[in-house]
Amino acid sequence: MNLRAVQAIYMNEMQRFFRTILQSFVSPVISTSLYFVVFGAAIGSRIETVEGVSYGAFIVPGLIMLSVIMQSISNASFGIYFPKFTGTVFELLSAPINFLEIVIGFVGAAATKALFIGMVILGTAAVFIDLTILHPVAMVLFLVLTCLAFALLGFIIGIWAKNFEQLQLVPLLVVTPLVFLGGSFYSTEMLPPVWQTITHFNPVFYLISGFRWAFFGVADVAVGWSLLAVAIFFAICLGLVARIFQTGWRIRD
Amino acid sequence: MSAILEIRDLRKVYDGGFEALKGVTLDIEEGEILALLGPNGAGKTTLISTLCGITEPTSGTATVAGYDIKTQYREARKLIGLVPQEINLEPFSYVETNLHFSRGIFGKPRDTAKVEEVLRKLALWEKRSNRVRELSGGMKRRVLIGKALAHEPRVLFLDEPTAGVDVSLRKEMWDVVAELKKQGVTIILTTHYIEEAEAMADRVAVIRGGEILMVEKTGDLMRRLGRKELTVELREPLAEIPAPLAEYDLELSADGLSLTYRYDTQADRTGIAGLMRAFSEAGIILRDLHTSQSSLEEIFVGLVEGEGEAQ
Repeated sequence: MNLRAVQAIYMNEMQRFFRTILQSFVSPVISTSLYFVVFGAAIGSRIETVEGVSYGAFIVPGLIMLSVIMQSISNASFGIYFPKFTGTVFELLSAPINFLEIVIGFVGAAATKALFIGMVILGTAAVFIDLTILHPVAMVLFLVLTCLAFALLGFIIGIWAKNFEQLQLVPLLVVTPLVFLGGSFYSTEMLPPVWQTITHFNPVFYLISGFRWAFFGVADVAVGWSLLAVAIFFAICLGLVARIFQTGWRIRD
Repeated sequence: MSAILEIRDLRKVYDGGFEALKGVTLDIEEGEILALLGPNGAGKTTLISTLCGITEPTSGTATVAGYDIKTQYREARKLIGLVPQEINLEPFSYVETNLHFSRGIFGKPRDTAKVEEVLRKLALWEKRSNRVRELSGGMKRRVLIGKALAHEPRVLFLDEPTAGVDVSLRKEMWDVVAELKKQGVTIILTTHYIEEAEAMADRVAVIRGGEILMVEKTGDLMRRLGRKELTVELREPLAEIPAPLAEYDLELSADGLSLTYRYDTQADRTGIAGLMRAFSEAGIILRDLHTSQSSLEEIFVGLVEGEGEAQ
């Protein structure tokens, strides 16, 4: 294992993050505050509680998941796409490193950034409402696994993308609907039965449900199913990355 | 000297069926500068990319200091530095950070002194805190060389180092290469500027259509294929070439004041002595004469055309 290479890639990616630390920090704070003003104060005041949790608190896990998933994907996809775009990828290919080390460097950095933003949102939320986290270990576990799984997905998208439009396509057309329809802002029990069934095919639903359980001890599905779903999703992404590694798809002639 | 790079029957067929390398076999000696000379599309970049791990070979093998480029790629690649043809740099990154990064991904520990040494050698030390996009084209190219040298490779590939570069910068690049050679770095450069190969290379490998046509010491190649021209300037203009001189295949200039004779330096008899006698017998008075050796460019064009005719 060329650990120095992993470190070099990781630090190089993190430096881009540090260069824009203010934006990285300020934008989630502002957007989270807006969500709380709109959903928490304006709408939440009429809903009162969902499954025994105040609506303002209820949306916190979904809000964190929404941002963390989007951030993981965009950081990782941009991270690997940019060297392809500028041509600097030649150096990664000619270096004494294997694909796994490249993946660990890029995905690790993307997940770290997303994790940081998740924490910022959590902190901002704590300013607006009283938050209790019933299962902090499970909460962190879900968060880290989600960051890693979606950073892997982002990495795959970055490898697949041939232009900047394609880079935006999957997050926009696939991930955003999945996250919104996964119960970020509502309990799926509020949905008509047909949609409840459809929701069960949405992997993000299990993530948000499990994550919410870690906060409040209430969930749409048993937490075991949530963990299994994250694990399966993680395994699929890992498998795809391994396949790309073997075939050199879209990176090596 | 021993071969640091051994290439054996290396073939590359792209997915579309295009055979870019048709079984290249080549040994490169430690410490030499080898120029890969060939027209566009000859397979120069494919050969370099394959050796550096960017392109997968279809068949054949290559070793760097005995390490196989596929099965022992970590050891092999640590010894190699690559300067690509395109200016592939992240525009927002900083010069010095770039070199540290390159060193890192090649598995070398961070070494500020070494990076400084490389930057100074390339006259980039003053620019170390600049962003890449703020640099001139020539400086960007030197940053690329710096990145390739940051991990102290023993073999350096320079893919068209002076393509699209002005004359003074080209000279500067040659000096950098000469300096590297002095330090014992083996250099393989691709070029279609013949004068570049002529000025820098110890040996020249001529590549065309994915095949190495010949590998020879630069001087030998010049001598072997070099044709010389003898130009004779006359006191009195001639209307036509006199009959006694007809057998020499001379070319008369438009003003009738000079005659050009082409001969092969490797031939047993160049025919010059006979020609001189014929001049005096014909009563032609010479004012001056000079010879010129054909450049590598002319040699190369002759070689490629000759091959074309043979097919």
